[in-house]
Amino acid sequence: MTEQQNTGGTVKKFLYINRRAPHGSNYAQEGLEVALIGAAFEQDVAMAYIDDGVFQLKRDQDTSAIGSKNFSATFRALGDYDVRKVYVERESLESRGIGEEDLMPLVYEDEDDDWEEKPLVSVVSAAEMRDIIDQADVILNF
Amino acid sequence: MGAILHTVNKSPFEKNSLQTCLRMSLPGSSILLIEDGVYAALAGGDAAAGLAAAMQDRSVAVLGPDLRARGIAEDRIMDGIEIVDYDGFVRLAAASAKVQSWM
Repeated sequence: MTEQQNTGGTVKKFLYINRRAPHGSNYAQEGLEVALIGAAFEQDVAMAYIDDGVFQLKRDQDTSAIGSKNFSATFRALGDYDVRKVYVERESLESRGIGEEDLMPLVYEDEDDDWEEKPLVSVVSAAEMRDIIDQADVILNF
Repeated sequence: MGAILHTVNKSPFEKNSLQTCLRMSLPGSSILLIEDGVYAALAGGDAAAGLAAAMQDRSVAVLGPDLRARGIAEDRIMDGIEIVDYDGFVRLAAASAKVQSWM
């Protein structure tokens, strides 16, 4: 193997587009797990939440009464896996009667700034989301 | 025929199950939102107007455990929608001639 292959080769910009609500199907949990695996392999990972995908980030989820796993706690791992970009479309929030204050306060520790905790989630317009999608090298949909 | 209990288990933002339910349910019938169907009950959401119109002549309820699983507090639900638990689901079904699931 060449030196480049040993070090994992070129880093590509991966964008995971999440458009499903969290508990009605497996898509949401699978998307999160695949993104974390990609991040563990030191790819440049960004998450995008559009349509019902924005419900995945709703705070205060408690699945104890419906007999399914509450994977929403796993979102806290995104910052630990060096994911720095979590984009949520504002229009999707507004049409669903929720807002930025309803989202989990995800953070990451900035190693370049004395490990200060900084917010991970950016609420962006549809126009901004279009550009984010345009600039990705690889797009995966869940 | 007796009154029908209509259940809706899909998000109104992803599928037209709720729309069809509202179009196909008679006055006097009951509608119960379950699973991803509970997102329709959010006050201020795009599904609220259609549900409010239906509540003029139909009763609408939402399943509390499915709300809690999705992080939706009871005070975020539209006025006039009853929040029921699993026992309430059974009572609604038992009080109806039949159950129609809009999936």
